[in-house]
Amino acid sequence: MTDAPLPERTAARHRSLWLDVWDQFRTHRGALAGVVVFALIVAGVVFGPLVHDVDPQYLDYRAKNQGASWAHPMGTDNLGRDMFARMLAGGRTSLAVGVTAMAIALTLGTSVGVMAGFFRPLDGPLMRLTDLFLALPILPLLLVIIMLFRDLLRSAFGPEFGIFILIVFVIGITSWMQTARIVRGEVLAIKEREFVLAARSIGTRPHRIILRHLFPNVLSPIMVSATLGVAQAIITESALSFLGLGFPSDFPTWGRLLFDGVPFLNLTPHRVIWPGLAISLTVLSVNYMGDGLRDALDPRIRGR
Amino acid sequence: MFRYAVRRLLFAVPTLLVISLIIFALLDLAPSDPTAQLPLTIPEEVRQMIRLSLGLGEPFHIRYLLWLEQFLVNEPLNLIEHYWDIRIGDSEERLRVRSWSTRAPVIDLIAERLPQTLLVVGVSYAVAIMIAIPIGVVSAYRQYSIFDQLGTFVSMVGYSVPTFFTGTVLIVVFSVSLGWLPSIYDTTHVVTDLDSFIVQVKQMIMPVMVLALFNTAQLSRFVRSSMLDNLNQEYVRTARAKGMTEPVVILIHVLRNSMIPVVTVIALGLPTTFAGAIITEQIFRINGVGQLLIGAIEAADIPTVQTVTFIFAILIVLFNLVADLLYGMLDPRIRYD
Repeated sequence: MTDAPLPERTAARHRSLWLDVWDQFRTHRGALAGVVVFALIVAGVVFGPLVHDVDPQYLDYRAKNQGASWAHPMGTDNLGRDMFARMLAGGRTSLAVGVTAMAIALTLGTSVGVMAGFFRPLDGPLMRLTDLFLALPILPLLLVIIMLFRDLLRSAFGPEFGIFILIVFVIGITSWMQTARIVRGEVLAIKEREFVLAARSIGTRPHRIILRHLFPNVLSPIMVSATLGVAQAIITESALSFLGLGFPSDFPTWGRLLFDGVPFLNLTPHRVIWPGLAISLTVLSVNYMGDGLRDALDPRIRGR
Repeated sequence: MFRYAVRRLLFAVPTLLVISLIIFALLDLAPSDPTAQLPLTIPEEVRQMIRLSLGLGEPFHIRYLLWLEQFLVNEPLNLIEHYWDIRIGDSEERLRVRSWSTRAPVIDLIAERLPQTLLVVGVSYAVAIMIAIPIGVVSAYRQYSIFDQLGTFVSMVGYSVPTFFTGTVLIVVFSVSLGWLPSIYDTTHVVTDLDSFIVQVKQMIMPVMVLALFNTAQLSRFVRSSMLDNLNQEYVRTARAKGMTEPVVILIHVLRNSMIPVVTVIALGLPTTFAGAIITEQIFRINGVGQLLIGAIEAADIPTVQTVTFIFAILIVLFNLVADLLYGMLDPRIRYD
């Protein structure tokens, strides 16, 4: 009779892995603040144009170089375009670039990592390839690739979509290496465990083992790389735009808006401050989220 | 150790060759015509001769091997001749990698620009190391104190805020509003006396601090975690039990052991800082190697771009090697082979 209350208590408070992760995540104040700030930025960028419905391309030449006012919350640029509308439009592009480039890098990195870890003959060549990519001077190469293939892709896919494809693609294929290394290490450790042996002994095919048994177990390092990858991609894109080799001025990102604002630094410093703040806040919040996620997904830290 | 070093060195050679092939092929296969900028009145046959004079007549593999020979054999020979003031063979006839836009040898262009870049990158890296180590040590020693929390936050900010934003904000504050510091770095300035030295220091403060902030953020976190790993070790307890004073324990025993991984990170970070200097040079208008690269990219000056990019690749491979070897030399527990 003494052990009767025990099942009741466990039933009342059923715990799943993701609930545990969330509980740990909540204790990290920075990560929580990061989630809130990032959600606000995303919501603002997505739903902002519904509230502030000024055309970001509309030229109002008589209202050029204005400071903040009710009609233009972030002022106007040297052609009289509304900065707030341009910031919202630029944010959509910046975030889209960040997320898409991260998705490409993650897909590449995970596939290379799983292949290298699971199939022994592929390990050597794939890891040499990773080392090779790590030794490439990324920023100069990005600049060169964009300079050379910009016009080709813009004529093939249209001026806006072409440059988007190019930038997302080059950032993606130059930032998968860390993920590949981490995933390979995890796969190497997990594939020696008994449950993989059990799966193999009942005749499970390699692709089933990878998808059902290995992949869920390497999900946590992948998720951490995903968050940090978004931040890195946004920084890289804005650096390229800042060097004048990213998005064009009529299809701006935050980096491009900052670049366009630099010549008018004396006249309208807010044109530099707002895009810079937006980039910095987004990257900072995403980095904090990644930090919290890393702690929350680490079983050695969780529960302490 | 020696065998390991030789093996790593031998492995670095094919890596560099493959990278050089990638860089060369990428630029070569790209759809761009060096004569596209010339006036349309030039007839087609003259245009063809200009292309030939730029060395574009040969097939791909010949041009690649020629470029390799020029870069790996001829240019080092020229440097040796210049440095020791001797003549080796037929140095007047030796082919050099020439820029398409200035027609000057690319290596000479780089040699003109290198001192500015080295000065800014070197000073900023030294400043970053000098700030990062004390911050890391104190943060680790007083873990979870207010200083540590503040340090974590500041380094997170320093790591997240892009250098082109910190740079422009510094210009807005210190050049536009306060007018204390010049926003443009004057590379023709020569230091002769105290006054001109002060001018030089003033114009270096902002670019150096922008680069240093970014590096400090990463390095101080690394020093902190490395110190934390060592603070709980048995030998620290032994040192305290022997009655050593706290500064001796921390600064001599723990710090020296903690610096082993930090030194390798410092070596690994140096090529990245060079690449980061491309952006900083653009903000402060420093005409260093980074600006040479940007200018060459905009002018489609393929030989310059190839050479500068390849030099960046050499730096990365070289410092990876240095980091690996340093790790083995500093830490006797690491045994290769």
